[in-house]
Amino acid sequence: MSAPARKLERGRVGEAVRRADGIPKTTGEFAYASDLQAAGMLWGHTVRSPHAHARVGEIDISEAVTMPGVHAVLTHADVPGTKLYGLEYADQPVLAFDRVRYYGEPVALVAAEHPEQARRAAEKVRVEYEPLEPVVDMERALEQDELHPDRPTHEPDHYRDDPRANVVRSILIRHGDPDTEGDVVVTGEYELGIQDQAFLGPESGLAVPDGDGGVDIYVATQWLHVDRAQVAPCLDLPPEQVRIHLAGVGGAFGGREDLSMQIHGALLALHTNRPVKIVYTREESFVGHVHRHPARIRMEHRANRDGKLVCVHARVLLDGGAYASSSTAVVTNASSFACGPYAVANALVDATVVYTNNPPCGAMRGFGAVQVCFAHEAQMDKLAAALELDPVELRLRNALAPGDVMPNGQKVTGSLPVADVIRRCAELTVPEPEPLPRDSLRLPGGSGNVTRGEGVKRGVGFALGFKNLCYSHGFDDYCAARVRLFAGADGALAAEVHCAAAEVGQGVVGVITQVARTELELDDVTLAPGTTSTVDSAGSASASRMTWMVSGAVAEACRAARGELGARGGTLAPGEEIDVEKVYRHPQTWPLDPETGQVTGERAHVAFICSAMRAVVEVDTDLGLTRAVWIGTAQDVGRAVNPQAVLGQIEGGTAQGLGLALMEEIQTRDGLITNASFTDYLIPTTLDMPPVDAVLVEEPEPDAPYGAKGVGEPPTVVATAAVAAALRDATGRDLTRVPVRPDDLIGL
Amino acid sequence: MRRISVTVNGERHEAEVEPRQLLVYFLREELGLTGTVVGCDTSSCGSCTVLLGGESVKSCTLLAVQADGADITTIEGLARDGELHPVQQAFHEEHGLQCGFCTPGMVLATVSLLAESPSPSDGEIRLALEGNLCRCTGYQNIVKAVKAAAV
Repeated sequence: MSAPARKLERGRVGEAVRRADGIPKTTGEFAYASDLQAAGMLWGHTVRSPHAHARVGEIDISEAVTMPGVHAVLTHADVPGTKLYGLEYADQPVLAFDRVRYYGEPVALVAAEHPEQARRAAEKVRVEYEPLEPVVDMERALEQDELHPDRPTHEPDHYRDDPRANVVRSILIRHGDPDTEGDVVVTGEYELGIQDQAFLGPESGLAVPDGDGGVDIYVATQWLHVDRAQVAPCLDLPPEQVRIHLAGVGGAFGGREDLSMQIHGALLALHTNRPVKIVYTREESFVGHVHRHPARIRMEHRANRDGKLVCVHARVLLDGGAYASSSTAVVTNASSFACGPYAVANALVDATVVYTNNPPCGAMRGFGAVQVCFAHEAQMDKLAAALELDPVELRLRNALAPGDVMPNGQKVTGSLPVADVIRRCAELTVPEPEPLPRDSLRLPGGSGNVTRGEGVKRGVGFALGFKNLCYSHGFDDYCAARVRLFAGADGALAAEVHCAAAEVGQGVVGVITQVARTELELDDVTLAPGTTSTVDSAGSASASRMTWMVSGAVAEACRAARGELGARGGTLAPGEEIDVEKVYRHPQTWPLDPETGQVTGERAHVAFICSAMRAVVEVDTDLGLTRAVWIGTAQDVGRAVNPQAVLGQIEGGTAQGLGLALMEEIQTRDGLITNASFTDYLIPTTLDMPPVDAVLVEEPEPDAPYGAKGVGEPPTVVATAAVAAALRDATGRDLTRVPVRPDDLIGL
Repeated sequence: MRRISVTVNGERHEAEVEPRQLLVYFLREELGLTGTVVGCDTSSCGSCTVLLGGESVKSCTLLAVQADGADITTIEGLARDGELHPVQQAFHEEHGLQCGFCTPGMVLATVSLLAESPSPSDGEIRLALEGNLCRCTGYQNIVKAVKAAAV
């Protein structure tokens, strides 16, 4: 289906192309944000709250400023512009005043000649705290004292007014008749811990004053222009005096959507009139960025004897932590996908996200869909058992398809091959059980397992994942691209593309150049550095939207440049150039009605993606240790722009979902993170990850340029559910909480 | 301050270092070799892996003074005359990287593995690279890259 209409040269859309940044990244030349330097550079350090909740009194910097090498110590009093910022709702202080609401919240800043001088001076900043009782339980938060004077539900903008305390946003979706009864009913309560993006390159950046009152910020981020929109008002500068440039990004996964050092570095740089670099330690990184929302979910599925779902009830509670970040969008997504990729005529979905004094939560790969997928897939397995139906067959009977109406009232249009991904995944050959005894490295727990495998049980699980592409609910989501077409000295045409899309590892620079080469029918295409200075916004490297959006924008700019070239007779003289910038918008979306949860126009979401996964695990039921043996998956990709890169996304995304199922959790006590390091927060290693057999299901999306869908999130959405299902199959336990702990798997 | 002498990527360096300075910061800040990166501060992630006398070590587990007299190879020292080392080439060809932050460490750990075991099995590869974390790839293409670079 994806076969190109004509033979293309290497490096065009649809071909397996090596990464454009592959060579500098293998030679060490690629400059990550933490590698940047500037003449006269100072080092910044952040003074952070040791309390999860406290009143802030006097901040005494008198000793800190006299410490060796120190050039500046700043507090909230030194923030020249607005004191609050935020991705969607400005509720987060640039530097704390009056109150701190989470452990690690920034309170003051230090700039010094050497990073260790900055750290030493930071220890001398005396902050008077009056500790307050932290709000740490998401359920109880609804009845405790308000943590914020204002909150998004107070905004008139399509948010449901929810009088309960600490509600950031709640969504209530009524679909059909939620009182409809079925022949069979299954219920379940599910819980997910806090997952961290755990990108390998800690937050870093360099802020350089321009001598004219403005500042250049070189930073690892996911959306340059939204950073600028948040930074400039806090600095009390017009946007054009704040230029954000993309520095090398060591992974992101949602964790770089919110600001980290941007405003802080700029404040120090403008105050000292020196370049200032800030590099977080790993511990700071754990406290310094938002995490995946932990969740408590209750679901009830009602079905008829023939296996058709007739009604679903879902109650989803998310802990947003101390600040709003992107919680308002995450909770909407959780409500949209609570019923999974299944057609159901009646539903009641009640999704709420609350403020607490726990670590702030926001975007992470899967964005609200991961949590509900874990729950709805456990429910589908329960239902299959109650109906004595094969779990795969049950899913096929209920598979959502174009033409069906989702609980939010949106009719599915475009491509959504749910039944196809189920079938293609189910067809994959599951490896045979390995005989015992065997090398201990191939036992659950690896070399730590000193048994002969007597307690090993094998399980196979199957799950379906479902999510949207691009920004939703009426957000004006667009992407700009600019193309310069010029002739070299020999008269040969070449092109330079400007696009502010953040390359975070996903390979968008490759997509941009592949599209430009395809549209311009030109091999000599280069990509200019990502910056706010030369081109309008590309939007965020999130919501699996970048491939779609840059393809649209770059293709439009290239076509305009070619049109102009044609008008000039098809050639350019040396020195002559064509320079066009185009803005691409995907089909329009509409918000939900705040009272009914029904979409107020044609679409709430632009388009959808789905994925099926089968996981094989082994559990040592004496020791509680696990081994993921094999994973097979079939994913809806629309059309693979670069099959090699798409497979890489699927394998990597699967690892993150497996991590949440088996090991990854930020632990807190009274709001304080107790495992802010890679020795205590575990992510999958080479020995934890099994081989992944991935099938690309290519059914082009009619609304997407080249039919290509984003591919980053579905594997993460589905993998947690698939691995948990396999563990249930191995142990016979309900396993309603992830990550599953060894204690949950023993004493069967 | 202590005086040390190290050979890095074939070039001899004499330097005065603080006794508490970690090798990784010596390489990054004193020699400007920023290809060796810091991911975790706790010797968990392996992003700072270098070769010390041909063996892979995490350069955050070693003080610079402990490297006195040593022969060190960092990622910058692998390519010769503009030609990628076969392991670098394999990581590039097999898409064994995404964000690339783990790549220098992965490549050097692989060079060390292949020196000991020129044709490792998948199991040996996974065991050898267990101390190097990657958050992007799920490791499958890393294993493929190592196999492609092996004899």
